[in-house]
Amino acid sequence: MIRQSKDEIAFKIIGYVYIIIIAMLCLLPFILILSASLTEESAIFKHGYNFIPKVFSVEAYEILLKVPGEIIRAFGVTIIVATVGTAGSVFVSAMCAYALSNKKFKYRNKFSLIIYLTSVFSGGLIPLYILMVRYLHLKNSLLALVLPLFLSAWNIFLLRIFMGEIPQSILESAKIDGANEFTIFIRIVIPLSIPAMVTIGLFQALYYWNDWMQAMLYINDKFLYPIQYYLYSMLNSFQSINTAVMSSGVVIPRIPTESIKMAITVIAIIPTVILFPFIQRFFVKGLTVGAIKG
Amino acid sequence: MSSRALKTEVPRLTKVPLSVDLKKNSIFLLMVAPAIIYFLIFHYLPMSGLILAFKRYNHVDGFLSPWVGFDNFKFLFVSGAIGRVTFNTIFYNVIFMFTCQFITLGVAIVLSEIRCKGFKKIFHSLMFLPYFISFVVVGAIVYNIFNYEFGLLNTILKSLYKEPINLYEMPNAWILILTFLNTWKWVGYTSIIYLAGTTNINPEIYEAAHIDGANIWLRIRYIIIPSLLPLMITIMLFQLGAILRGQFELFYNVIGNNGTLFEATDVIDTYVFRMLVFNFDIGMGTAAGLFQSVFGLVLILIVNYFIRKYRKDYALF
Repeated sequence: MIRQSKDEIAFKIIGYVYIIIIAMLCLLPFILILSASLTEESAIFKHGYNFIPKVFSVEAYEILLKVPGEIIRAFGVTIIVATVGTAGSVFVSAMCAYALSNKKFKYRNKFSLIIYLTSVFSGGLIPLYILMVRYLHLKNSLLALVLPLFLSAWNIFLLRIFMGEIPQSILESAKIDGANEFTIFIRIVIPLSIPAMVTIGLFQALYYWNDWMQAMLYINDKFLYPIQYYLYSMLNSFQSINTAVMSSGVVIPRIPTESIKMAITVIAIIPTVILFPFIQRFFVKGLTVGAIKG
Repeated sequence: MSSRALKTEVPRLTKVPLSVDLKKNSIFLLMVAPAIIYFLIFHYLPMSGLILAFKRYNHVDGFLSPWVGFDNFKFLFVSGAIGRVTFNTIFYNVIFMFTCQFITLGVAIVLSEIRCKGFKKIFHSLMFLPYFISFVVVGAIVYNIFNYEFGLLNTILKSLYKEPINLYEMPNAWILILTFLNTWKWVGYTSIIYLAGTTNINPEIYEAAHIDGANIWLRIRYIIIPSLLPLMITIMLFQLGAILRGQFELFYNVIGNNGTLFEATDVIDTYVFRMLVFNFDIGMGTAAGLFQSVFGLVLILIVNYFIRKYRKDYALF
């Protein structure tokens, strides 16, 4: 063991301070929002938002608990879109990636190019919008939340790298036993690719979970708002919180809109924060593999 | 002799009729079909919709609206709109790129040196947290801090007996805010990529330098940074290729439709979006989008040319 020199100690001090400052800056906004959601409305008006509630109150959450309908529905929409979209996306991507990774597939390079080109050139927002609304009639449909994000060239190519590493001998022996390529894919390739598919799937699920833009473009019907767009509408319209509370029939004399805004934000973040410790290692793994191989 | 033998063999190999080929590959073709059909409908079909850039769009005729040649482009250039949003897009992306790379590189270097596993894990996780939340929440954070009436910033200013400031009247302040938020969102994510890069450092070289008396700063300068450089260049080249793509979600949630801030904060993506949703000027918006796509593609080709020349294994195609 080499004794620590002055330089090492100096580096350690600077390094630890640097990391702690950045990590704290990453954490503080969350505390700020949590604190604001727990502050009494009149205290917000008087003193503004703060790191620690000036006057502690759970009024905002109490009101939201009385009228949970819209939030639960919005979570429901997001959960449906994220599960169906992710499952479909991973299956279709994996199937495509397996075919593209197989050297016996004659057209694999041509199809890879067709897929690759979509990542360097796009028609842009407006032609897609017109296609979706005018020709596919997907306005106010859950499919409008699923389809625009469904597949990405990047996911398919990452899976292709994984599948290219499955030993040929395993695939060959299945072939000799008389299995066709699709059976091989279902029975052998999928079980062997579970870790890769989980990683891709989690990236895709997060993408769906946090998406609000498709809803802004294609959804007018309040019943179909996903959670992020529901939050967006609550943050950006003075009226929506009042109407949301009133329409539920609960009579509240003075609606604390400022703390409710922050309370809805907290509620929208909670599922992510709870799952974060369990899922983050998959993201780290995906990024590490992507950095080294991609 | 051998060349003649080759000549007679080659045609036989390529003359397999297409139908036989299709049959042999039929299962593979069926397996790629869903993905290919998806890309054809949702990526290639909209590309053909780019002709709207040369048309005066009306809702009755749709894609069959009358042609107007380059009128939309003329207006975009003459009005100065495209110049402003293109400048802003490039400007922000360059600032974002350098701040984020620089800060992240520091994080990765320090984390690769820290031996305390628990500290490393907890603090790196905290940095990764912002990646997992949506930009809508980022918008809520901005509201919470910079809002004129109740924002944290003015709370602090008032407690120091200073005048509250209205940032929504100060366009240039948002350059700093947007840069901070972008780094905030991506620092954990990017540092993971760099941290993966530091594992490629040969521990023997590193130990040897250590024993030879190279102190930590020298080791960072002569071993760690050079070994991360290829990765850094690759990442920056990728970002250079995408320099015309704005981070719509960041800009739209932070700035919204705040007209007074547009001069300093309007990027191509937000401009196109406004043309679609508020101005209903489909032709103009598509023209700006086409400009972005074509210019972007040219950039990618140039960048790729240089990667191919200097680091062939990293080339995109």
